[in-house]
Amino acid sequence: MGFPHKSHPRETPLLTRHFGEEEARTLDGWKKRGGYQALEKALAMTPAEIVDIVKESGLRGRGGAGFPTGMKWSFMKPGDGKPHYLCCNADESEPGTFKDREVMRWTPHALVEGCAIGAYAIGAETTYIYIRGEFTEPLIWMDRAIREAYDAGILGANSMGTGKRIDMYVHKGAGAYICGEETALMNSLEGQRGNPRIKPPFPAVSGVFGQPTTINNVETLAAVPEIIMKGAAWYKGMSLSNPKSTGTKLYSVCGNIRYPGTYEVEMGFPFGEFLHELCGGAPDGRKLKAVIPGGASVPIQTMAEADATLMDYEGFVAQGSMLGSGGVIVIDDKQSMVRVIARLARFFAHESCAQCTQCREGTAWTTKILERIRDGQGTMEDLDTLLDLADLMTGTTICVLSDSCAVPVVSGIKKFRPEFEALIHGKRVHSVLSAVA
Amino acid sequence: MAERKMVNLTIEGRPVSVPEGTSILEAAKAVGILIPHYCYHPGLPIAGVCRMCLVEVEKAPKLAPSCATLVAEGQVVSVHTERALEARKGVLEFLLINHPLDCPICDQSGECELQDYTYQEGRADSRYRDPKRFNPVEDFGGDVLYVPNRCILCTRCVRFMDDVAHDTVLNVSERGDRALIGKFEGKDLTHPWAGNVVDLCPVGALLSKDFLNKARAWELDRVASVCPSCTQGCNITIETRDSAVVRLKPRPNEDVNKFFMCDYGRLNYRWMNRTDRAESPLVRTEGALRGIDWDVAVHAAASLIRERRVFVVASPKLSNETLYLLSRLIEGSGGAGVFRVLTGDEAPLPGVEDLALRRDRAANVKGAELFGFERSDRPLAKLGDGDVLVIADDDLDGIAVEDVARAAQVIVIGTTLPEAAKDAAVLLPITNVAEEEGTFTNLRGRVQRFMQAKPAPGLARPSWLVLGDLLGALGKQDGFYLPSDVFTRIAETHPAFSGLSYDTLGMRGLPVLDSDARTTTRMGEGLGMGQEATR
Repeated sequence: MGFPHKSHPRETPLLTRHFGEEEARTLDGWKKRGGYQALEKALAMTPAEIVDIVKESGLRGRGGAGFPTGMKWSFMKPGDGKPHYLCCNADESEPGTFKDREVMRWTPHALVEGCAIGAYAIGAETTYIYIRGEFTEPLIWMDRAIREAYDAGILGANSMGTGKRIDMYVHKGAGAYICGEETALMNSLEGQRGNPRIKPPFPAVSGVFGQPTTINNVETLAAVPEIIMKGAAWYKGMSLSNPKSTGTKLYSVCGNIRYPGTYEVEMGFPFGEFLHELCGGAPDGRKLKAVIPGGASVPIQTMAEADATLMDYEGFVAQGSMLGSGGVIVIDDKQSMVRVIARLARFFAHESCAQCTQCREGTAWTTKILERIRDGQGTMEDLDTLLDLADLMTGTTICVLSDSCAVPVVSGIKKFRPEFEALIHGKRVHSVLSAVA
Repeated sequence: MAERKMVNLTIEGRPVSVPEGTSILEAAKAVGILIPHYCYHPGLPIAGVCRMCLVEVEKAPKLAPSCATLVAEGQVVSVHTERALEARKGVLEFLLINHPLDCPICDQSGECELQDYTYQEGRADSRYRDPKRFNPVEDFGGDVLYVPNRCILCTRCVRFMDDVAHDTVLNVSERGDRALIGKFEGKDLTHPWAGNVVDLCPVGALLSKDFLNKARAWELDRVASVCPSCTQGCNITIETRDSAVVRLKPRPNEDVNKFFMCDYGRLNYRWMNRTDRAESPLVRTEGALRGIDWDVAVHAAASLIRERRVFVVASPKLSNETLYLLSRLIEGSGGAGVFRVLTGDEAPLPGVEDLALRRDRAANVKGAELFGFERSDRPLAKLGDGDVLVIADDDLDGIAVEDVARAAQVIVIGTTLPEAAKDAAVLLPITNVAEEEGTFTNLRGRVQRFMQAKPAPGLARPSWLVLGDLLGALGKQDGFYLPSDVFTRIAETHPAFSGLSYDTLGMRGLPVLDSDARTTTRMGEGLGMGQEATR
């Protein structure tokens, strides 16, 4: 059982091990737990050495895309005469995902330390932590942690007495999901409307304020101090399946599950055992039907697929989905898949930034059709139209929000078509339907 | 300018060679392939949002937005493959699901890119079965009306105001399919160049109030011209319906106005349609001006001019040809020529270098100066007793009859008979800029042609023809048959214009070689060997 429950013996608590400890939130408490030793160690190394260690550890982006972190850092060319920036993407808005929130609530100093090491490694003097607007409580803790770190001389013009400048700012978002997309995040940070930018240029060439920028997820950066302290080989060793996926991964589990919470397991952990054993399986009297394993924008898995999955970047892909952000949404047999998918589509339609035609119009149209089917007004042609729209919305836009909206629709219709057809043919198969719709 | 590296690629099977850094869309244009697009405009920063210009690039996994994808050596681009066509057909369907399809009552109809591309590549029907989004029409201030239901959110208008006009008025408000173009609180489209957003709008979402419901696009006749309203010399198209000017639009010219024109010039056309025109040559007989044959009138004017000092008050809105012929009239008589100019505030378009609504609100001030006319706020100050006063299309506003009466004789060569010159001996009616052909010289010394857009009223004749005949009657000159003949004569006799002809000017114009123009104007920098070579 993950946080807020007691840790399950089969978990590997690394980032989560101090969750729930009031004292770990403070600088003193954090230092007592070995905090800021990694930063001290890192500042004594050269940036290139740090990048090499992170490369060697196999750490990959925990925000969803899984890009190797060390390689991303190595794109930042030292000595190019330009100011470099590190952005920490704390705009965790993916439906079903709340792991970064817990990291910031309980171990804000882990993130500050990770950011400081990352900034030093990429030659950045300034770090922006772009925090989701709704994260009012984590914001308080992050602000406090940064203030403490400044007061203790950990951050500032003379970081840890080494003469190196490391500045850190928390920037609060204003409630747009799309600002979690890295280029939209940079626009938002600059004070512009949070619209994704066309790539290229990539952030490492022209990012925040047109300068070389690296953007990393909260969980990624929070793992860095551990890697610095215990070494790349140790981190790399935590891999139960594919050696390309290393370390531990946080999962936020929600939905129709007995013990919802934040879990941390090694890469390659069997997903079936994770759901049934660690998370306690379905609530009483129900059966699990489907899982969305990596936040709303990854394909839905049937239970057969989920049970056969090994939890790492490659394992989820092999079973028709993606690791994504690690936001596990569990759906049981009481739920209507149509209703779930319609609700997801509505989220994306609401959050589309409205730049690209396919996304602006496509997400809204998809939602209208799905809600019509949900309400028993659908036709069989609607299913073909939905799949066709999904096709038009995939791979044709600036960012992947439009693709994300298409993903649950396509996987849903493919894997749960009978539920759609039953509604279209006027059969009410689910007890908790329409009344609430 | 440093030589740019050339990149070779293939577009639709055609080999293309373009400078490095060119977009696929522009490279395709170079070989005559128009890739459908909405948000892209050569005068604005790239947005890459409409996704209409998607093309297939060999070896690329995704379709590429051709406006935002740069050419690369050896690239193979396909515009009309099934995959690209399907994607664009999809975009068109998406754009139309909330579109009201109200073409029959839309001003843009007939010149609408949504119509054009839908006919070209779109679906015959829509699969959309749900209610359409509705937002009411909004007055954006200035000359602009916003019809959000027709808007495709290409953001050209937003980018023009932000990046070209440098006046942040417009924005994209809301998100998702609720999005629409909004106006910032307390702001209006009152920038002197804001009217360009109407031209930039590829659909009927931004409309000109001035042109609203005035004509259908297919009823219009369009003629290339030059804006007569200031010395900038923006290239324009005069659009007429039933021989009345109903709209002026900018005509692209990279060297003068890029793609734009100011609202002052755009809306200053009603005088071209004046109905109180002088339509017949008049000669004073028995104390009254009476209509008479052109030949008689011209000879009457000639007999008044002969052996007298000729003092000309010319309008700086007259063409080079006319001003040249007027200068020939003065030549040898010991007389002089003057002009006066209406002035106003200069209004630059910050995003384009050297483009502004200029202080001098007449097109040919530079030409008048080149032909020896002197600028004066008191045009009759140097009028000598016993002079023949030739009023060449100056309206004499603010000039007293008594001042005019100091002249021994008054001849009016104009579009109207000014009140102050009602005692004139001869009136020779001429056509206005929309009714004749000729050239203007702009403030940077660029000579540009304008064409005839509508017929002359009554018996009025082109000014160059009238003056040619007058010079002929004076024995100074054989008559001219075409304005190009007059220009050829100018090029032969005026060093500044040497080497120029209507053929070499084309419809974009060329700068004069006059040394003043070369050294005193900023455009002179571009007047080196490169410019001469292009002649």
